[in-house]
Amino acid sequence: MSVAAPTAPQDGTDSAGGSVAGRPKSITRTVLTSKRGVLSLAFLVLIFLACVLAGLITSGGPDAQSFLVVNKGPSLNHLLGTDELGRDLLTRILYGGRASLIGVAEAVGALLIISVPLGVTAGYLGGRTDKVITRVADLIMSIPVIIILLAVLAIFGHSMTTAMIAFGVLGSAGVTRVIRSAALAARSEAYIDAARVIGVSQRDIIFRHMLPQCRGVIVVQTALFAAIALGVQTGLTYLSLGPAPPAPTWGGMVADAVSQFYVAPWELVPSGAVIALTVIAFGVLGDVVRDAIAETHSGGAAVARRRRRHQPPPVVPAADTEPLLTATDLNVSVAAGTREETTLIQGIALSVLPGESLGIVGESGSGKTIAMKALAGLLPRGTAITNGSIRFQAAELSSGDESVYRKFRGRGIAIVTQEPMRALDPSYRVGKLLTDLVHSIDRCGRREARARAIELLRRVQILDPEDVAQRYPHEISGGMAQRVAVAMALAGRPQLLIADEPTTALDVTVQAEILDLLRQLQRETGMALILVSHDLGVVAEICSRVCVMYAGEIVEMAPSADLFAKPMHPYTRALISASPRSREERGPLSTIPGTVPAPRDWPVGCHFAGRCEFTTPACTAAAVELRSVSPTDMARCVRSEELFAASRSVPTNEVAS
Amino acid sequence: MPGGWMARIIGLRILTAIPLILLVSFIIFALESLVPGNPAETILGQNATPQNVAALDRQLGLNKSLFAGFWTWLEGVIHGHLGTSIISGESVSSLLNGRLGVTLSLVLLSVLVSAIIGTLLGFISARRGGLLGRLLDVISLTGLALPSFWLGTVLVVTFAVKLKLLPASGYETIAQSPSGWLQHLILPVAALSLAGIALVAKQARDSILGALEADYIAMLRGNGMREREIMFKHVLRNAAMPIVTVLGVVAIGTLGGTVFVESVFVLPGLGSQATQSTVDHDLPVILGIGLYFTVIVVIINLLVDIAYGLLNPRARTT
Amino acid sequence: MSEALLTVDSLVVEYPLPRGRAHRAVDNVSFSVSSGQTVGLVGESGSGKSTIARAIVGLAPVTAGAVTLSQEAAAERKRSVQMVFQDPYSSLDPTKTVGYSVSEPLRVHRGRELGTKEIQARTAEMLEAVGLSASAASLYPAQFSGGQRQRIAIARALIAEPELVICDEALSALDLSVQAQIINLLVQLRETRGISYLFISHDLRVVEMLCDEVVVLYRGRVTEMGAATSVHARPQHPYTRGLVAAVPEIDPAQRAASRADRERLRRPVSPAVALGESCQYSHRCVFAGDECLQSRPALRTVDSGALVACHRTEEVARQLDDDPEIQTQAMTPRA
Repeated sequence: MSVAAPTAPQDGTDSAGGSVAGRPKSITRTVLTSKRGVLSLAFLVLIFLACVLAGLITSGGPDAQSFLVVNKGPSLNHLLGTDELGRDLLTRILYGGRASLIGVAEAVGALLIISVPLGVTAGYLGGRTDKVITRVADLIMSIPVIIILLAVLAIFGHSMTTAMIAFGVLGSAGVTRVIRSAALAARSEAYIDAARVIGVSQRDIIFRHMLPQCRGVIVVQTALFAAIALGVQTGLTYLSLGPAPPAPTWGGMVADAVSQFYVAPWELVPSGAVIALTVIAFGVLGDVVRDAIAETHSGGAAVARRRRRHQPPPVVPAADTEPLLTATDLNVSVAAGTREETTLIQGIALSVLPGESLGIVGESGSGKTIAMKALAGLLPRGTAITNGSIRFQAAELSSGDESVYRKFRGRGIAIVTQEPMRALDPSYRVGKLLTDLVHSIDRCGRREARARAIELLRRVQILDPEDVAQRYPHEISGGMAQRVAVAMALAGRPQLLIADEPTTALDVTVQAEILDLLRQLQRETGMALILVSHDLGVVAEICSRVCVMYAGEIVEMAPSADLFAKPMHPYTRALISASPRSREERGPLSTIPGTVPAPRDWPVGCHFAGRCEFTTPACTAAAVELRSVSPTDMARCVRSEELFAASRSVPTNEVAS
Repeated sequence: MPGGWMARIIGLRILTAIPLILLVSFIIFALESLVPGNPAETILGQNATPQNVAALDRQLGLNKSLFAGFWTWLEGVIHGHLGTSIISGESVSSLLNGRLGVTLSLVLLSVLVSAIIGTLLGFISARRGGLLGRLLDVISLTGLALPSFWLGTVLVVTFAVKLKLLPASGYETIAQSPSGWLQHLILPVAALSLAGIALVAKQARDSILGALEADYIAMLRGNGMREREIMFKHVLRNAAMPIVTVLGVVAIGTLGGTVFVESVFVLPGLGSQATQSTVDHDLPVILGIGLYFTVIVVIINLLVDIAYGLLNPRARTT
Repeated sequence: MSEALLTVDSLVVEYPLPRGRAHRAVDNVSFSVSSGQTVGLVGESGSGKSTIARAIVGLAPVTAGAVTLSQEAAAERKRSVQMVFQDPYSSLDPTKTVGYSVSEPLRVHRGRELGTKEIQARTAEMLEAVGLSASAASLYPAQFSGGQRQRIAIARALIAEPELVICDEALSALDLSVQAQIINLLVQLRETRGISYLFISHDLRVVEMLCDEVVVLYRGRVTEMGAATSVHARPQHPYTRGLVAAVPEIDPAQRAASRADRERLRRPVSPAVALGESCQYSHRCVFAGDECLQSRPALRTVDSGALVACHRTEEVARQLDDDPEIQTQAMTPRA
């Protein structure tokens, strides 16, 4: 048997180089590799050091007055100018910063001591503990914090330390909730279950597996809270509720400057700027870390404009029947026009005849979903058609002009998406949703639209359409939701239905029902169907013609019966052989070694060459074209005829070794 | 029963209001009990005339145990007496009732402005993106970073003192003169709502972009619903939930912000009273303001809950 | 046969719902796994198959009934039973190296007696046994593909030499070609290490390939159990028949047969009713009669040798299997 070669680990270390792909970046690393992160961190460090070393940097202390230089602008002697008593503003900012930073540190310290243990405990233990902690946190979050702070200051004789600690304590409620959510999310990850099954102790689960997961959130929350705490600290000192004058504070300096505004408007700038910049630095730091966390979850792509590079080549007519939809030489790229540009699918050429059903089948990474989205005109942000054309009847759709597509949506081309529970707007009842859609397409009266909506529900074999119409999407089952989605697609009486994995999220018995329904609807309405699936069986069930995609290209296209009986591309053969089969034919399944190459790693020649057992030098020398290899079959392989022309059998009995 | 959920939400919120009010006032009492020596004398400091000390002791029971003192005060509250100001001797409730309108006007207008301008900016930058989006980022960053008291000062100096367009301070009630009311509030609302606008705009953009990418939007677009209808009935409606959440946060933040802004603009509201009473160590008044603020927060939370229920059918059942 | 490695006896798992009600996810399920045997649990979402697995390893509450291990296995319960999860992306801690994750069971259970060196050596050995290179130990999960991660998860499950490995939908997140690799690996490890599997899947074909025995579940109850080949080739319960007929087929003849079977078994969809003392399948069953709504069918042995929970098995068989048209079309070795 062939055990897959462990390619990726080696690939990982080789190609990764400096910015190790996939290795979870530590937070310090994330911050240090981002320009915004470095800038804000550098500013904070600078302010911190300058405040600590204020005595060394400046001379004379914060209260040294000089009546010779009252209310002066910046000069060499006084870089930021002087105030109404002739005190140096820079010196006062640095000394005043000590109080501000200490206040922030006190608040943040109190915050962390309370919220981290409580948040993690609530998230990990769940149940009653969680309920109690979240309820109390909710209650505390509703407390008008500022009044408590004022009370503290009134009672404790303007002690900023007590006020800031109180602020940290009260603020910890909100942060506890955020950390608890993060811990809860980490808790539901299978690796925590795995650790429990293995028998890892509770303490180790919390400290080794959960805390590292919550770390990012804690950093983000701390930074944002620090920004708020600074705002509060300066606000309270502005109201002169903090240390008594002449002690320098940032808020107090703003208040002083206000009184001198007519004489020296400049004085408002240094104190305002230092407060704003410090708050910004904390805020940006939080943002950078948060973005980094979000990125590791989604692998977000850069946003690029929709653009085209080439004019579409003329469409080749010549078929017996005029095709409904034709794609020619279609390329789709992500981040087109930037240095990061990567081609996701290339040279896609296919057509659908009226009433025909075409299957697009492939594994993950084959590009089948992107191809489907390109055909439906629903490419996600950041991706764009960079070459080729899509024609629907006589109209060119790939011009990038939304309005052309709009003309055909619903009436010409309809779609059904993969996840039925996400396909229906959760805010509306099913009946209202369908009625609105019918109304929007037909521009008919409300009552008429409602009647057609009910008729559509009946059409997709829902027994009690009036009842289902009254329900919200979350009140119906997945299978029912997918029927409603099909009804939505039928609203415009489309000529072509594009369905993206319409049954993947469903149970196998429900899948069979939906496929039977689609087949029946096609028979009744004569609409054409493009069905995208990873499942050979699903495609075989419903499609008359199939195209197989691999690594961004169509590798084989043939009538369904021919393709499954006598595949002409090594990949198609391997895929069919890898399907689970009856026990009677014991022995290991044949497998395809390795994995699908990522779009960046596509080779020059055949994309499958690296995993194919029949590779010759000719395969990798130059790009391989999709060509006719038998009267009915097109394949993208230089050796199709030589290898498979003679064989007649369904290749489930071969075992690659 | 269509309205049933709303009654339930209102009932629930009122139920949580009671422990909340108890908690807030109890915290203040607990803090007092931490003061060493004779609490009333220590707290009042230089204001500690014998009459003042006696008044504070009588009202808050500072010479009794924590719970007994708390109960003394609470009994008064239950009977509708919030006590009297140590400084002026005026009844706390009449003092605060006279000032409530200012603060409510300020908060209401600021939240309204944050909601409308913020959503509009977020909507525009979600549709246009690019340069405008980045501009919005910069604006929202500074909006959040500039302290409202600083911004308020700059606004006063520019529009009131230099350009003489608007009054620099003071207040007129809406009953006295609607235009005067508005004129006096324009600058404070501007100072107070900039941060809110920034927060709402950012959230609006993110949630509109998120909604635009949802499968159900693709289904509607791909099956022929008109763009305008998709945008207004489906994208905006689904984006509204997180915007409402942020608005709740903004409203509570704005309420706290009145403490600073009312002082800058010398507005006779609860916030400026809170500052003054802190300086005077006038605890009965501070307790009263705590009570008023807590009730306002409860109402804000209630409005947010109702908005959730209206926007999202699933929120009605939980 | 020797003492069973795992015995699940009248297992009931309930989850509390608001207002004091409870959702019964698993309802009176019994089966056993002998040493060296592979048993499959098959069912759709909501059938309770994963809940059973979770109850066995202590991740779900056992409301009633018992889960017992053989004496030897019970002595070191946490070491003897290991699990491979469905999602290879979330079952490995992204912040830990592969070496850390794979060696964790050894450290927990035999850390003192083995020492760091030996643990490292065994980790390397185990990684190679699942078809990865030993150097993988120093890398992070994100640097591997889904199939490779599932190999890592299998290595972690096997390193402490368990007697029983529970595979909870361990193949369903994988692409077809990768799935075949993992199936082969599981078979090979079973042969070389003599482990038993409890194999949970919604895919009847995979279960038929891998398992000796199969238990078919529907709404938390057993509908049919028996030898895997016979349940697949000659399903008896109407639900199992529907399940087999629903599998999309590449082969045209089998496809036609399945489609015909589906036509015969189809009943217009109506919402599921609360399960009381009725047959759990009665609301979807074309053959359901009064007795099916009134009493819960017990498991009983039928001609095929399987245990079936259906009042009307014989009646159903007469109606479906004696039809000459289907006889000729069916490709199963039942003639």
